[in-house]
Amino acid sequence: MELIDFFTDYTLRTITLGTAVLGAICGMLGSFAVLRKQSLLGDAISHAALPGIALAFLFTGLKDSNVLLLGALISGFIGTVWIRGIVTKTHLKTDTALGLILSLFFGFGELVLSYLKKQPDANQAGLDKYLFGQAATLVQSDVIVMIIVTGISLVVMLLFWKEFKLLLFDKNYAMTLGFNTRFIDGLISFFIVLAIVIGLQTVGVVLMSAMLLAPAAAARQWTNSLGTMVILAAVFGTFSGVFGTGISASYNNLSTGPVIVLVAAVFVGVSFIFSPSRGVLFKQIRLIRNRRDLELKKTLYFMYGIVEKHEDISRPHSIKILNGFQGFTRGTLKTLSDKSWITIKGQDWSLTEEGFQTAANLYNTNMPES
Amino acid sequence: MEQKIAVAVDDLTVAYNYKPVLWDIDLSIPEGVLMAIVGPNGAGKSTLIKSILGIIDPIAGSVAVYGKPYKKQRDKVAYVPQKGSVDWDFPTTALDVVMMGTYGALGWIKRPGAKQKKQALEALEKVGMLAFKGRQISQLSGGQQQRIFLARALVQNAAIYFMDEPFQGVDATTEIAIINILKELRKAGKTVIVVHHDLQTVPEYFDWVTFLNVKHIATGPVKDIFNDDNLTKTYGINYKVAVQK
Repeated sequence: MELIDFFTDYTLRTITLGTAVLGAICGMLGSFAVLRKQSLLGDAISHAALPGIALAFLFTGLKDSNVLLLGALISGFIGTVWIRGIVTKTHLKTDTALGLILSLFFGFGELVLSYLKKQPDANQAGLDKYLFGQAATLVQSDVIVMIIVTGISLVVMLLFWKEFKLLLFDKNYAMTLGFNTRFIDGLISFFIVLAIVIGLQTVGVVLMSAMLLAPAAAARQWTNSLGTMVILAAVFGTFSGVFGTGISASYNNLSTGPVIVLVAAVFVGVSFIFSPSRGVLFKQIRLIRNRRDLELKKTLYFMYGIVEKHEDISRPHSIKILNGFQGFTRGTLKTLSDKSWITIKGQDWSLTEEGFQTAANLYNTNMPES
Repeated sequence: MEQKIAVAVDDLTVAYNYKPVLWDIDLSIPEGVLMAIVGPNGAGKSTLIKSILGIIDPIAGSVAVYGKPYKKQRDKVAYVPQKGSVDWDFPTTALDVVMMGTYGALGWIKRPGAKQKKQALEALEKVGMLAFKGRQISQLSGGQQQRIFLARALVQNAAIYFMDEPFQGVDATTEIAIINILKELRKAGKTVIVVHHDLQTVPEYFDWVTFLNVKHIATGPVKDIFNDDNLTKTYGINYKVAVQK
């Protein structure tokens, strides 16, 4: 597999375009799922789609992906409605409802699939691809469907941007402003289900939720703006699709879905560690820096306490009298003198005018505004 | 003096599952009062506000705002929810949250523009938060978050304000700042209804009070009805312990 094949190989180009578009729509709508704290809903919906695929084939005998995905869409929806029903009508919590529906539907789907496998004609072969996905089976018409769905959800998202944001942040308040929150909620759910369903052929029911959540979770690390988050998630999703397809095409036998999901996971990992404001790495660095700074200022303040009692602030004092104070090291003394807050002569130190002023104003900065 | 009735609640009953939370509430709130709703935990104070605002469906009863059903009068009513009811880690800024106050008047699909931004900035200034307009909301203190919610309601420029525990978890300075804004609203002829917990400050902050404990106990001017009798009816015989702390 050479790089040049990427641009000349028709099949590969179709697949790459498909996974890229899929990554984009999943990242975009996944952001809403994450912010709605319904990350697991995606998992339940994708598993709930499996019986729809199996039954669609059982009844129609067709293997056309559009027919099967329509079945997936319907059973995905039934699953979503049942989850809601369980949560509102019983005392069970959302996680229980999700777990119940997920395994119930998935189990039923597997049952129908195993029944189909026992049939004498081999026509049903290939339905298995919906479990883990098989990007290689994407054809141009599939990609066109993906592009159309992505286009529609983009337009709807832009139209209802304000309403989506309001609902996600404060649903009750949205109600008092006169917005039909059930409609907005339903609209978001509808498009999330749609995104999941069109991804089933490529990524499969088992891994689909990662496709939805990983780009969004990664994007959340880098920004504090909803708009930027959605765009970034779409970009991460697109790159996951393109890189994943590229890698799996370079190693002949790797299936595309898992590779795409792993690439997305790399985005998540890198974001968790390296994001400047929320990343683990910089948080740790900031923590250490702040502690050092605090240590330094405490030492300075301790010196200030000694110096304050004398009239001449520049009077030298022995370093030994600092020994009783915890947190002071040779290093601290050196840093203090580098900042020209103190001067060191032999075994004595003395505060400079600047150091005296700094120490005097150290803890006056935490007054409330206004 | 004949006063207009701003909010009239009629026979309101609300239940979660089997247990009634509010039982047959009749309440009329005159225009222009600054009113506290007091009562023990679980008395249904928040529920009363939420069912007046249509967030919770009552089993029975009706709510009228200036004589018409609430649903036709939404533009006259603003709401400050409890601070803890939203996720403050949501990716947005202080200004953006305040802008949400303009969404109701904008209606579906239309986007906020320069005019709405100006209104939001003015409201931020009123609550002393202009300097924080670009701040990510998770990086605001509890008191600052409360002020942002207040600003968002001010932007609605309503006639009636419902506030759910606006003093919860704020420091003394913020409490004074908030009560001053509420008093300004009353001066401007607005009606302000506040779920309130601190009985000691009721006479100082409010001119009207409603006692609530599942049933409606009393409503009227603080100077007339804020007395031992009503406090005992609402909180039981031991209420004095709560007042004196």
